[in-house]
Amino acid sequence: MANTSTLLEQGLIERVLAEATATGGAFAEVFVEDRASRSSVLDDGRIEELSSGESRGVGIRVLSGETVGFAHTADLSEAGLLEAARVASAVARGGGGGTTVVALEGLRRHEVRATKLHDSATTAQKLELLRQADEAARGSSGAISQVQAAYSEGRRRILVANTEGVFASDDQVRSRFNVMAIASGDSGMQTGFEALARTEGLEMFDAVDIAELAGIAARRAAAKLSARPAPSGEVPVVLAGGSGGVLFHEACGHGLEADHIVKDSSVYTNKVGQLVASPLVTLVDDGSVAGEWGTAAIDDEGRPMQRNVLIENGVLTDYMWDLLRARKEGRRSSGNGRRETYAHLPMVRMTNTFLLAGEEDPEEVIAQTPRGVFVAKLGGGQVNTATGDFVFGTTEAWLIEDGKLTEPLRDANLIGNGPEVLRRIDAIANDFSMMPGTCGKDGQSVPVGCGQPTLRIAGVTIGGTAA
Amino acid sequence: MSELLELADRIVGRAQGDEGIEAYVARGSETEARVFEGELESLTSATSAGVGIRIALPGESGTRVGFAWAGSLDDAAIDRALIAARENATFATPDSFAGLVAPDGVAPAAIDLRSGSLSAMSTDAKVALALELEASAKSRDPRIRQVDSADYGDLLSESAIASTTGIRGSSTRSSAYLSVSVLAGTAEETQTGSGLSVGRGPEDLDLEACAVDAVERSVRMLGATKAKSARVTVVFDPRVTSTLLSVLGGALSGEAIAKGRSFFEGRLGEPVAVDGFTLIDDPTDTEAFTASVLDGEGLACRQTNLVVGGVLTSFVFDSAAARRMGVASTGSAVRGGYSGTPGAGVRALVLSPGTKNAEEILAEVGEGLYVQSITGVHSGVSTVSGDFSVGAEGLAIRGGALAEPVREVTVASTLQRMLLSVVGIGADLTRLPGVAAGQTLAIGDFQLSGS
Repeated sequence: MANTSTLLEQGLIERVLAEATATGGAFAEVFVEDRASRSSVLDDGRIEELSSGESRGVGIRVLSGETVGFAHTADLSEAGLLEAARVASAVARGGGGGTTVVALEGLRRHEVRATKLHDSATTAQKLELLRQADEAARGSSGAISQVQAAYSEGRRRILVANTEGVFASDDQVRSRFNVMAIASGDSGMQTGFEALARTEGLEMFDAVDIAELAGIAARRAAAKLSARPAPSGEVPVVLAGGSGGVLFHEACGHGLEADHIVKDSSVYTNKVGQLVASPLVTLVDDGSVAGEWGTAAIDDEGRPMQRNVLIENGVLTDYMWDLLRARKEGRRSSGNGRRETYAHLPMVRMTNTFLLAGEEDPEEVIAQTPRGVFVAKLGGGQVNTATGDFVFGTTEAWLIEDGKLTEPLRDANLIGNGPEVLRRIDAIANDFSMMPGTCGKDGQSVPVGCGQPTLRIAGVTIGGTAA
Repeated sequence: MSELLELADRIVGRAQGDEGIEAYVARGSETEARVFEGELESLTSATSAGVGIRIALPGESGTRVGFAWAGSLDDAAIDRALIAARENATFATPDSFAGLVAPDGVAPAAIDLRSGSLSAMSTDAKVALALELEASAKSRDPRIRQVDSADYGDLLSESAIASTTGIRGSSTRSSAYLSVSVLAGTAEETQTGSGLSVGRGPEDLDLEACAVDAVERSVRMLGATKAKSARVTVVFDPRVTSTLLSVLGGALSGEAIAKGRSFFEGRLGEPVAVDGFTLIDDPTDTEAFTASVLDGEGLACRQTNLVVGGVLTSFVFDSAAARRMGVASTGSAVRGGYSGTPGAGVRALVLSPGTKNAEEILAEVGEGLYVQSITGVHSGVSTVSGDFSVGAEGLAIRGGALAEPVREVTVASTLQRMLLSVVGIGADLTRLPGVAAGQTLAIGDFQLSGS
């Protein structure tokens, strides 16, 4: 496969940037993306659907005053690109007309980090993993009535250049494997899910036993057949380490994205330097952690991914920034400008967001909770950044009675208010793990990582059906 | 138009031996304008196109199907997709139910899904609509402190599908929307509301109603508090009802039934809802924003009666799920653009309206919770188990009328129980952008979880 510097010839990029600023635009950017993906699904005992796809295109962004003009095209000929540049620059009508010259230098090229590229194994070998998962899930409980296992792999090569001298490329390889099991019994059907996803090639499988992963999904489904309805009302909640970390993603992550801040549509606006969480809380967003699902060498505006401390010992230290929002404030981007594809405008997005571990023993945190809910695995969540109200769902939860896990609970959403819940965290343990997720914002989905140690929230509202 | 169909024909013409080919070709052009504080914030103009190819290899023990797509219509990309689809097919498990669909003789509905005015409208006029929407929302109530975003968008899309089994068709559609999101209150207490208006083109959009809806939804939430946990009757507003019906649509997919992952499995012909509950999927109804002429496999879209008088009467099927269940396709294959394979799904659900308006339903309910928006549907609702638990905000119902605002609560039940606990279906059928229309809907026996 060709390397990223050949995605688009440098002279052509320079001519497109010049065209994009010819009518007076203050800033222009060319984003080139080439992506290829393959996926396979084993469903109902059959390898049902192998799919592969490819796309290559360019997104061109022009800034004039406060206005962004954006056009994208899959036509990579010089004529096609210049036409897209003219469309994007239509927002700039102020002046120009002169000849603009753009000269790029020193491509910062980031080579692929994956050590076992996807073509280093045969399709048959990959499909065998799906069969192993199916067999293991069905074998781990007699109650399993249906299994769906999916594997997908993708390679995304990007090249970003702008009129401020950014000229960088990256070569991103990602792999994902997930298993959904359905258990059936007298009480109806229940589902269990487990996923593995990393910014890696096939080395992702070196450290993981697929049969074990499938077994977790199956046991999760089977346990819920005898689950009682979740309680309702406010209860202490212990979240297991790596249960999803979606809590912080929703409770404060989105609210710390600078686009919400500059529009004054976040509860965290004007709160830098203030105590916004329990002093136990230190929250980091870091797109440079090797191999995690939200990791890359550069963001989609060409800025190197970096570690950003958002909350330190409960005090809000900074927001997350993309290029445009940072430019407006006269500061540097924090490497959080991301986009789903070349056909989407970049915006402020999280990468891998995680809470740092504390000092307590996770077993002790449970033992010191007389009555409450233990969440072993979270599903998705959703937040209203302006009010701070957010929900997150459980996919494996247990009742805590007298400091011990007693009975499994049916799935439910929990609801809370971000700033309130952050203040009510009263125990953080010394374990830690990350989980992959897909984050949706304004119609765009990007891969993110979420992580946390075991922790307890003194009170949060759980939405079960039991009175 | 015929250009895409000709391309699909050419791809199908490249079939080798006894293999089957289905080619789906799509192209769209979009404009999107977002404004903020009286200025254009971003303007997107773009055209995109792509192709999705399925190859079916027949064999003694069944058919093997493979798929590939390309985000381009150029010859080299199509060549690579053909080769990839063919190779992918060789790895599929032979399946006597898999394969392409053949024409079934149902004629496509003669409906026009294009706006008469969209192509004549200038970009400046589109931006002006978004600016007018922002100004309208901002000036409507002194408690509106910010218009978070105001957008105008439109899309003109065409698609064509052809196959070696004789499928051949194409369609064109246009859509336009206005959407606005507002913040009411102060830095100490903010509430949010959004408004949306959709149609085939700008002539269908109701700018004032869109602004009024957003403003009303936000200002009436000011001062909201958490309600006490209780067993309550819940009244969903039309938007929430539409979301609920979309979820039910997933459980009514023939594919979910065939694969044993819907709580409706095995319930055909049985009562699953109250007598007054009749749910119909009809993509040929031009009133539906999601109206369509052809399904994702190129069969004519048609009406399917899913629940009639509370009795489960049918599911929606694409050809593969239909063969698996020994029935005929209901023309209900849906696909997520050129990069997705077809699967069974609803397109345009309508819950037959009742005779009462929203006020009459509230009066009958007496005490309960009126829900104007729900959150966490993807994390708290399962069409497998039927478990339903969502975040909710809205207004208390007291003495048969709307009372104080309520936030940060959940409402929970099961989909099975909800269908049997419907106590009021409104006459106020409202067309919305998703796969379902909505109306005021009252359902008893929810657990409200709050303080």
